[in-house]
Amino acid sequence: MSYSEKVIDHYEHPRNVGGFAKDDGAVGTGLVGAPACGDVMKLQIKVGADGIIEDAKFKTFGCGSAIASSSLVTEWVKGKTLDEAATIKNTEIARHLALPPVKIHCSVLAEDAIKAAIADYRKKNGLDESSSR
Amino acid sequence: MSGMQGAKPNRLAQPIYLDYQATTPCDPRVVEAMLPYFTERFGNPHSRNHYYGWEAEEAVEKAREEVATLIGADAKEIVFTSGATESNNLAIKGVAYFNRAKKNHVITVVTEHKCVLDSCRHLEQDGFQVTYLPVQKNGLIRLEDLEAALTEQTVLVSVMAANNEIGVIQPLAEIGALCRKHGVFFHTDGAQAVGKIPLDVDAMNIDLMSISGHKIYGPKGIGALYVRRRPRVRLQALINGGGQERGMRSGTLPTPLCVGLGEACRIAGEEMVAEAARLTALRERFLDGIRARLPETYLNGDALLRLPGNLNISFAFVEGEGLMMGVKDIAVSSGSACTSASLEPSYVLRALGVDAEMAHTSLRIGLGRFTTEAEVDYAIDHIAEAVSRLRELSPLWEMHQEGIDIRSIHWSEH
Repeated sequence: MSYSEKVIDHYEHPRNVGGFAKDDGAVGTGLVGAPACGDVMKLQIKVGADGIIEDAKFKTFGCGSAIASSSLVTEWVKGKTLDEAATIKNTEIARHLALPPVKIHCSVLAEDAIKAAIADYRKKNGLDESSSR
Repeated sequence: MSGMQGAKPNRLAQPIYLDYQATTPCDPRVVEAMLPYFTERFGNPHSRNHYYGWEAEEAVEKAREEVATLIGADAKEIVFTSGATESNNLAIKGVAYFNRAKKNHVITVVTEHKCVLDSCRHLEQDGFQVTYLPVQKNGLIRLEDLEAALTEQTVLVSVMAANNEIGVIQPLAEIGALCRKHGVFFHTDGAQAVGKIPLDVDAMNIDLMSISGHKIYGPKGIGALYVRRRPRVRLQALINGGGQERGMRSGTLPTPLCVGLGEACRIAGEEMVAEAARLTALRERFLDGIRARLPETYLNGDALLRLPGNLNISFAFVEGEGLMMGVKDIAVSSGSACTSASLEPSYVLRALGVDAEMAHTSLRIGLGRFTTEAEVDYAIDHIAEAVSRLRELSPLWEMHQEGIDIRSIHWSEH
């Protein structure tokens, strides 16, 4: 299968690889997917006192499209509030990376990863779903 | 850090080919033998009345003899087909349909090539019973399982000689003896085995064998089916027409392709011993080299009873398609779901009991006639680099390093 230039770029030069300390109160961790499916994404966000995501890191077990989707998402969430980040849609990810139909599920997983990271942060900080931070 | 995470650019103009189980280039000697039959000696081998036909027929019959010699058969027992897929279809459906009045049970194995499995499914839809034997962790069937599955209704057993994904070689002589004892026909898909390991249809009691041209440095689009004459195996033809190939496969024979298959078989027979030794050494070099550089690698399939040039390795914690993207300088294939049209991981690896996660991390490496030591060394370096880089990106590798058992986690599958 031929990959789009953007997928190849993210694969060869992935952004924000790594992690934060899981127990840091400012960090939200999303771990989605399953090894049995061939796709696992770990996405972490570091949220500032002002409620803005100041940093993000990822690690992914998956194909080039999965790696690119998660790498892209770490770029997109930076500088956003939690609510703004939660509006990132898999369709936007897929369009930006020109993912073929058979790879759309990689973008869906990336969207799930953001939401999981946000939910984890909120839970750790005693904020419910409807908090606007 | 980014230097370690970024991938190195391609260093080669054309990738190194290490996918010899998928297909092989034509041996230059094969191409040379074929060429005259495209433009000068282009006659129809079935034109009985003039020189053009006679010279084409002579070439086809010489090729037929060469194919037969490689497997210890008689030339009269070789039927040319369009390839092993057609041969498998013809053997399985042809024998089943011919005998359906008396018998209606076929036995095969879960790890067979899709064309065998699909032919069997077709038979099931048409009222036949089919037993799919399981395999052990090393990829081999248990002879006791086969014996237990045989019934009075069994007409055919089909077990491939060597597997295309994991290279394992089944105990053909023992299977043949068992089938002979029970009066059941034994078919073997020899596409990956013919010309690579010694095969003798009489010693092994093989009744039908499929042969593929493009797996043994011959052209694509040609294959053959060995059909025993003593005792006679009869089958219902799939393709009707002028009655060529003793009525078993109608159609004008493609003279240059037949010549190519014959020449490929001749070369394979002459060079088999030396080539097998050379490829086995290269294969072991590759395996040793990879194991020295990377921990957590697993060989899929029996370590000894396998084709000289085949390796199938799982690189834990790194997904196969992602890995292939990182080794663009070498051409290999993977058992990962991402590389299959159905998004299911390799059914062959799953049949070995390899869990889905490890099936996703597998690479199939096929060495062949034109593989050099330098290419193997380059591949070891390149793969080791890519695996290491991807492990740095992998949350599963991270968990493994932290001592977390990945199997203990509840994954949110979707």
